[in-house]
Amino acid sequence: MALKVLAIVEHRGGEVRKSSLEALTLAHRLAGEAGGTMAAVVAGKGVSGLVAVAAGRGAASVYTADHEMLALYSTEGYAAAAARAARKSGADVIVLSATAQGKDLGPRLAARLGYAYLADVVDARVEGGKLLVSRPEYAGKALLKLAAPMSKLVVAARPNVFPSGAAGSGSPETVSVDVSDVSPRAKVLRFVTSAQETVDVAEADVIVAGGRGLKGPEHFPLLLALAQALGAGVGASRAVVDAGWIDHEHQVGQTGKTVSPTLYVACGVSGAIQHLAGMRTSKCIVAINKDPEAPIFKVADYGVVGDLFEILPRLTEAVKKVKGGG
Amino acid sequence: MKIAVCLKQVPSTDSRIKPGADGVSVDLSGVEWVVNPFDEYALEEALRLKEKRGGEVVVLSIGGDRIEEAMRTALALGADRAVVLKDAGFFRADALTVSAALAALVKRESPDVVFCGKQAVDNDEMAVPAMLAERLDWPQATVVVKLEIAEDGKTARADREVEGGREEIEIALPAVIAAQKGLNEPRYANLKGIMGAKKKTIEVISPADLGLSPPAATVTVLAIEQPSQARKNRMIQGDAARQAEELVRVLHEEEKLI
Repeated sequence: MALKVLAIVEHRGGEVRKSSLEALTLAHRLAGEAGGTMAAVVAGKGVSGLVAVAAGRGAASVYTADHEMLALYSTEGYAAAAARAARKSGADVIVLSATAQGKDLGPRLAARLGYAYLADVVDARVEGGKLLVSRPEYAGKALLKLAAPMSKLVVAARPNVFPSGAAGSGSPETVSVDVSDVSPRAKVLRFVTSAQETVDVAEADVIVAGGRGLKGPEHFPLLLALAQALGAGVGASRAVVDAGWIDHEHQVGQTGKTVSPTLYVACGVSGAIQHLAGMRTSKCIVAINKDPEAPIFKVADYGVVGDLFEILPRLTEAVKKVKGGG
Repeated sequence: MKIAVCLKQVPSTDSRIKPGADGVSVDLSGVEWVVNPFDEYALEEALRLKEKRGGEVVVLSIGGDRIEEAMRTALALGADRAVVLKDAGFFRADALTVSAALAALVKRESPDVVFCGKQAVDNDEMAVPAMLAERLDWPQATVVVKLEIAEDGKTARADREVEGGREEIEIALPAVIAAQKGLNEPRYANLKGIMGAKKKTIEVISPADLGLSPPAATVTVLAIEQPSQARKNRMIQGDAARQAEELVRVLHEEEKLI
């Protein structure tokens, strides 16, 4: 029997999220490598418009659960939709994105189906009838290479790692999934947008991070100005989060977020082992620190030894000039 | 209220993690074993709830040889007793197996609420709380940074951290609540607590006591590597103005990142 891969479509504000496009593209590639077929499932309210997006990434059939109860995400509602689509489609492998929603849904779905769950996968391919994946542990201090059977598997792909690309735009078979009997016992009442007017650090393509070198919370505006000029998310070391200078949602490291942006600018961050674990896979790392012996310089592509208070404002101006010019 | 806390013992976040001689496991010799940092927030929330509403806090764990140390820590902080499934195989097992074993431990206690840390800092899967909730057929709230349990103990309001903000949810109890950093400020153990912990019970049970068959993994580890990435280590020289300009030039012209 040909392998069946099911991708879970995640959307916000009527659009499929970028990380979900990556998961769809990965699902299509894995199905191709195994000589199988790919399907997708979309849950929500008024989501028929997203069927074409899934089809455009290679889904031959799209399962839709369209219901008032699914208007906002709930673990139980979305798990029911995905599990039912998985059973209807006979999915061997389910792929979703390891976003906040994916990490809440993926394990619940896996337990419901009795499937193994591979979290935060950063590499995946089919070889010799097995799925070979890589995933980090210990916040990236170790990289595990795993072989999994091509059945009974939920794969959560880390955002910003896999490419996303179009794959045909055929007219898919659509199958509706009924969830009208489901009544979630945990319901979202409202979504409160973060007070910081910057990109979320987990999703940011560029991150500007601050450490103890900033000397106090009153100096964070210097960092924010650079972040805004770069269109960057704001990260922070554990030391400054524990000191209460900035909210925990900004913490990068083993008890914070693990990030992998294309550019990471560490400002006054010394580079403790648990911080490095959370950002070492960034594509390009810039370190600015007054201590030339700071461990952060060992993982940096570009190092600047100097005073943050002199360098940051000048850096912000220089970035603005370059961005403004083109 | 009867409150259960699931707690895992992990290598401290200061640990250097290197591959073992077999190439398929991590060399954990010499690491310092601690209570998983996120579980500290779970335990703290449980202790505060007990202080407010009365009841009992029971700690549940699956662990290896040193697990009693972590249990003593939890008891010193104020937990009333601990129940441990002591088995190296289950300690190392995948989330599907661990959640089944934890569910068996939870059912034995029938608590009103179960607290977990949002993830363990060794495997980083963030899978066990949601799987446990599914196995118990309870609702879940993961990555919780704020929690209020209603007076009648039947529902709770929780704030969950998600990309770009927070979700405020209402959840029926019993439920699994997975704590994120920021939920509270965990206490430290005092001498009285440490002395008192010696008199509290740690019940050690085996997989057979729970009717569990040995774990069977479907996923195999081929290799464990230490990720390393070659870095340019290029230092930008000059005064602040020159450094800023040169850095931006390099990132713009050479790296094409800005």
